Amino acid sequence: MSMSDISARAFGGDPAPPDGRTLRLNVEQASYAYSASAQSAPTFTLGATSFQAHARELVAILGPNASGKSTLLRLISGTIAPLSGRVELDGEETSRLDTKTRAQRIAVVHQESPVVYPALAGDFVLQGRYPYGRALRFASKEDIEIAHNALAQVGGDHLANRTIGELSGGEKQRVILARALAQQPRLILLDEPTLHLDIGAQVELLERMRQLAQEKDYAVIVVTHELALAAEFADQVVLLQHGRCLRVGAPAAVYQRELLEQVFETPLDVELGPAGRPRVNLRVHRSEDIT
Amino acid sequence: MQPLTARRVMWTCGGLAAVLVGCVVLALKLGAVPISVTDLIVNLGRVAIGQSDQLPTEYRLIVFDLRLPRILLGILVGAALSVSGASFQALLRNPLADPFVLGVSSGAALGSLLALTLAPQYALVTPLGAFLGAMATIAAVYFLGRRDGQLDSTTLLLGGIISASFLSAMIMFLVTTLAGRDLRGIVFWLMGDLSTPVPAGLRWIFAVGLLAGIGAIYTTAADLNLMLTGEREAIHLGVDVTRVKLVVYVSASLLTALAVSASGAIGYVGLLVPHAVRLIFGSDYRLLIPASALGGAIAIVLADTLARTVLAPTELPVGAMTAIVGAPVFIYLLRRGLR
Repeated sequence: MSMSDISARAFGGDPAPPDGRTLRLNVEQASYAYSASAQSAPTFTLGATSFQAHARELVAILGPNASGKSTLLRLISGTIAPLSGRVELDGEETSRLDTKTRAQRIAVVHQESPVVYPALAGDFVLQGRYPYGRALRFASKEDIEIAHNALAQVGGDHLANRTIGELSGGEKQRVILARALAQQPRLILLDEPTLHLDIGAQVELLERMRQLAQEKDYAVIVVTHELALAAEFADQVVLLQHGRCLRVGAPAAVYQRELLEQVFETPLDVELGPAGRPRVNLRVHRSEDIT
Repeated sequence: MQPLTARRVMWTCGGLAAVLVGCVVLALKLGAVPISVTDLIVNLGRVAIGQSDQLPTEYRLIVFDLRLPRILLGILVGAALSVSGASFQALLRNPLADPFVLGVSSGAALGSLLALTLAPQYALVTPLGAFLGAMATIAAVYFLGRRDGQLDSTTLLLGGIISASFLSAMIMFLVTTLAGRDLRGIVFWLMGDLSTPVPAGLRWIFAVGLLAGIGAIYTTAADLNLMLTGEREAIHLGVDVTRVKLVVYVSASLLTALAVSASGAIGYVGLLVPHAVRLIFGSDYRLLIPASALGGAIAIVLADTLARTVLAPTELPVGAMTAIVGAPVFIYLLRRGLR
């Protein structure tokens, strides 16, 4: 039994696969420390964190700013190696994979991909085929087909011949997501994907991620500080604060009023919605309420 | 979606090569002594069929001993500067990067001058010193341009421009203290000038160095496309960023060094040519690099022909021509918000 099972059981969650889904990502007691130099004391540490993500599962890494979300994301993506513990994708440590193999298995979507020169959205999506090519990587027929399909899957067929610069925030996010899909990964990491999106586009994106995870057997990890979205879409929530992993489990188990109020330093109301998913509301006192 | 194909790269480069040939013919024809195209073709034909001994002496002197070497040098210098400019633009993610603006050219000039002062007996010492000077400058400017661990576009350009003026002052200092130097020659060389031919013993080294440098950078063309969207993104897409940066920094410095040790610090070619190529053919580095090489060659051959003819029989340094055109365009690009 892994640590995540223990912690989740203790708080009543149930992250175990209900239908024998394959285990994709296994984060076991992984920790990390940043320091300015080898001698000096670390400026930020991420304490031992454990959780698992299965195929078709959407896991939210939740926490306020500077809670260690990005560090955990970097550990999972394999760009840094854990100080202790392990991060395994399908049984292989992600930090030990060479960059190209890693890019074939893990796709990372950042908040915003800056583009220096105008590029066509279609060509941008084709970049996702890079880890499969050799030398100069002129796109093969297969690559083009895969890129087309990826765009179609995010509902962006019509965007292929437009330049990135003229797309709206939501359209741009779709194109970036399509590039990740073109990598044909097993694991998709989304780093604050909803930051520049309006609420409609946020819901659409996460809805789409959940659906794609079902269709394509991806495991999806979303880093976010949006309590409401994580509650609505995540199968599992990993709650972080000040570099410590506080809870792992289903949203209903993790979303406890006192805990969230303490982590996010804001008075909140938590109630259970109809589908067994928690609802979070801000509790703001105004002077007239008190009198 | 119309992805770039190898065929399109071939056709575009073929077309540009044809334009370059046209420019070379024009450059051979024009000058203080005009030569008719028919004469040129007849005489070039004679050379081609191995009857070079039948050439009239004045043709041999003007066309083959004066103009042709100068044109070939112009091709080399133009290709080298444009490709290194395009490379710096990708690595630094800055559309205004250029070996001259970044101070790399001045670093190479100071390096080759220092080397020439210290060990004038070896011919190879100028390009070698230029190479070391270029490497040292780009490293310095790279660190000057960092702010909180991030490359800052404005700081980088300022760092480059300040380095360039400092290094030029050092060159002036060095030149003034050296007795018996021809000051006009130095001024021409600082501006960039093609009138001094490359010593015969170094010609092969220059040609091989140019091809090796452009070739090495071209192997990373697909990687550079991804690096343009940011290093972090490139890593997640599978690019070995450390290797690419090393290959491209060393090769681009080598190209700048070759160009500068042959012709001095010619400015703005590395900025304008890749920019024009991008406007016409798009910004895919698999096409941009060879097209910039050919475009740079065309630009320098034309600029030098102008420099030789506008005030004939007096010659201008070619760097004056490129700066007269280049500086205003640079300002225009800067004002337009780099897009």
